[in-house]
Amino acid sequence: MITVNDRDTVEWREGLSVQDLLDEMGYSYVLITVTVDGVLVPEDEYTTHPVPDGARVGVFHLAHGG
Amino acid sequence: MTTIDPIFERNVPGTTEKLQRATVGIAGCGGLGSNAAMLLARAGVGGLILVDPDVVELSNLNRQHYFRGDVGRPKVEALAGHLRAVNPGIALILHPAELGPGDVAAVFGGADLLVEAFDLADRKRWLIESWCRAYPDRPIVAASGLSGAGRTGAMHVHSSGNIHVVGDEQSDMSEGLCASRVMLAAAMEANIAIGLLLGMEED
Repeated sequence: MITVNDRDTVEWREGLSVQDLLDEMGYSYVLITVTVDGVLVPEDEYTTHPVPDGARVGVFHLAHGG
Repeated sequence: MTTIDPIFERNVPGTTEKLQRATVGIAGCGGLGSNAAMLLARAGVGGLILVDPDVVELSNLNRQHYFRGDVGRPKVEALAGHLRAVNPGIALILHPAELGPGDVAAVFGGADLLVEAFDLADRKRWLIESWCRAYPDRPIVAASGLSGAGRTGAMHVHSSGNIHVVGDEQSDMSEGLCASRVMLAAAMEANIAIGLLLGMEED
């Protein structure tokens, strides 16, 4: 089981990547930052970075304004 | 023995010496950065690295810590003047230049913690990525979603590892920007930064 943003849970499966998880969660925002167990995953590694079973994933939505 | 400026007499006991030893990077000196920098300077943070390529415009004054007399001046220089007017002992490094992803490690290498204060989301993202690549053990405090008016309760803190994001993670600056909401986000960023510099866990 994967926990996203300390709130949602997703069933884990062998070979699950960050991108698979985002697709399953329906996160279609382009501008996000993702962590797996507290470590940032760069955007160019979303399709290759595995998400281990039991991982706590953070998905931050980045909005314009500052 | 170093002398502590009397402006810090009412600080939380035991915090001033720790904050005086700290340096914080401020990436962007607009609504978030100018206000966060003032708060950190008042709190007693010893050094700031200020980066922004822009000059002050009249339209900045509805939310940024500048005054009419600053219009036309580089933001980092105007802000440095205001910070020193409160705390003459603060150590400042000024970069009146555009920051790119490849500059992050060098420009902010002396910072214990980085405050993200850009306006565009894609810039926020590469800043967070560049910082985490270069300094994975040092915290970054960012803001996302501080536009529009009211909606105080929607502001929150979202943390994972060394990344802390404040705001509503939703509102867009096309809604317009209101001083109180922008400054609320800036104050949340500064407050998290101070807690982390003091070794407190973010809750």
